[in-house]
Amino acid sequence: MFDIKDLYQEVIVDHNRSPRNFGKMEDADTTLEGFNPLCGDKLTLYIKTDDNKISDISFDGSGCAISVASASLMTDAMKGISLDEAETLFNEFHNLVTTDDDYDVDRLGKLAALAGVKDYPARVKCASLCWHTLHSALQGESTPVRTE
Amino acid sequence: MNNPDPANNLFNNTSDFDVEKVRADFPILEQQVHGKPLVYLDNAATAQKPKQVIEVLDTYYRETNSNIHRGVHSLSEKATAEYEAARNKVKEFVNAASTKEIVFVRGATEAINLVAQSFGRNTLMADDEIIITELEHHSNIVPWQILSEQTGATLKFIPINDAGELMLEEYEKLLNNKTRIVAVGHISNALGTINPIKTIIDKAHAVGAKVLVDGAQAVPHTKVDVTELDCDFYVFSGHKLFGPTGIGVLYGKEALLESMPPYQGGGDMIQMVSMKKSTYNSLPYKFEAGTPHIAGVIGLGAAIDYVDELGLDSAAQYEHELLVYANEQASLVSGLNLVGTAKNKTSILSFTLDGIHPHDIGTILDGEGVAIRAGHHCAMPVMERFNIPATARASFAFYNTREEIDALIKAIDKCKKVFN
Repeated sequence: MFDIKDLYQEVIVDHNRSPRNFGKMEDADTTLEGFNPLCGDKLTLYIKTDDNKISDISFDGSGCAISVASASLMTDAMKGISLDEAETLFNEFHNLVTTDDDYDVDRLGKLAALAGVKDYPARVKCASLCWHTLHSALQGESTPVRTE
Repeated sequence: MNNPDPANNLFNNTSDFDVEKVRADFPILEQQVHGKPLVYLDNAATAQKPKQVIEVLDTYYRETNSNIHRGVHSLSEKATAEYEAARNKVKEFVNAASTKEIVFVRGATEAINLVAQSFGRNTLMADDEIIITELEHHSNIVPWQILSEQTGATLKFIPINDAGELMLEEYEKLLNNKTRIVAVGHISNALGTINPIKTIIDKAHAVGAKVLVDGAQAVPHTKVDVTELDCDFYVFSGHKLFGPTGIGVLYGKEALLESMPPYQGGGDMIQMVSMKKSTYNSLPYKFEAGTPHIAGVIGLGAAIDYVDELGLDSAAQYEHELLVYANEQASLVSGLNLVGTAKNKTSILSFTLDGIHPHDIGTILDGEGVAIRAGHHCAMPVMERFNIPATARASFAFYNTREEIDALIKAIDKCKKVFN
């Protein structure tokens, strides 16, 4: 039975209304922009790394509920984890929103709330924009990320 | 078409507009989406096709398919006759002087590019000026930006006011004896504003400029008379006029088209080809290189027959009543902000909801069976003007009903509940 609440779960509505880690970080080590020209979603990620770990991360920008909640949840999940773990989580999240493969709810935690996105092909980019931006930032790229 | 405002006909009796009978012509409207009746309110993006058009396409491919203008066999002659008959329908539809002035292209976009490259590139100099407007669709911006890069000509924009209307006093300031081209949309796709194109055309002609009117949003809603307008070029797409995708029309004054070089080279646009040089075919074939979208042209002819039969005037009147009703209902929704409140507008309701992004509105409405467009509507300068990233846009056609507007409003309430 179709239910729009499968997409707009309470966690997503909450993180859209009160995004965590929202705001510019003046002393970030890495800053990268992400942009979805199709819908106009824009965000900037601010990352501080220390000893191969993400010691702090924040974002700002504007976009739909899916993109804001995704960035909020992602930044929560990234704080304090190693760069290798971040890369693993990036791949797991990619599978979560693009495939029907099983996923580990315990590992993904609140991120699993975004699983509903895969039933909305037009909205997958909204959820993944911040993730692609993070991925590029951690690879040391400096050109803004564009998803279309 | 001095006054395209359907509001002037408000007191006409329209009780004879039988929307249920019209809906029965559009098979796609019968379906359900997510278990709810489809409410199709994305007509400004593309309109649905009546069975009269679908059947003509089907019959063409089953019984007539053949290449035109070259075969001596029966099918080719029949296909050619139907193709040229459709050209005559278009000529009558926009009241052009001759079928030589009707060029078939892929759509309004290609028509604008054709004019920019064939007319513009061969006549403009570095000091010249092109005027367009802040309201334009990207298809009536980018070809002129390309032309201005190629020629060094300056591109200027007529600004809009807070209601989404062109500021004509600013237009007058932009006009001068360097103005060569004025390109303006007849009706805004993002906001529904009906522009005073007759005034714009006359003022441009007074300084010797040529005028292109982008009629993509206008032809489904209002009778167009290019002779009365005296525009130099008028362009539109078939698919917004209940016809097939991939077919469009460039109207151009004969003398102008005659003076312009071909846009593309190929078969059908030539008289003689030798290894050294080719001579070009006469109008309108000079601009129709290659095998055209024959079925599309014939389907467009059927679409014109359909709207002629229906009567655009009574349809426009009915649509205006829908818009008035939708405006009334929308104004009762707290947190809903209308974007584009021009005095003269067609059936487009562009809006934002406080705290809810248009893309989320679009997805949630779809869940209720309501199809709208969410985004910048290929009119990013308009969004910039209103300082918003996007709007949700419901656009109506004559097959929509008051009940569907009620469904829209109910679905908007659902958006608010989801985010509450």
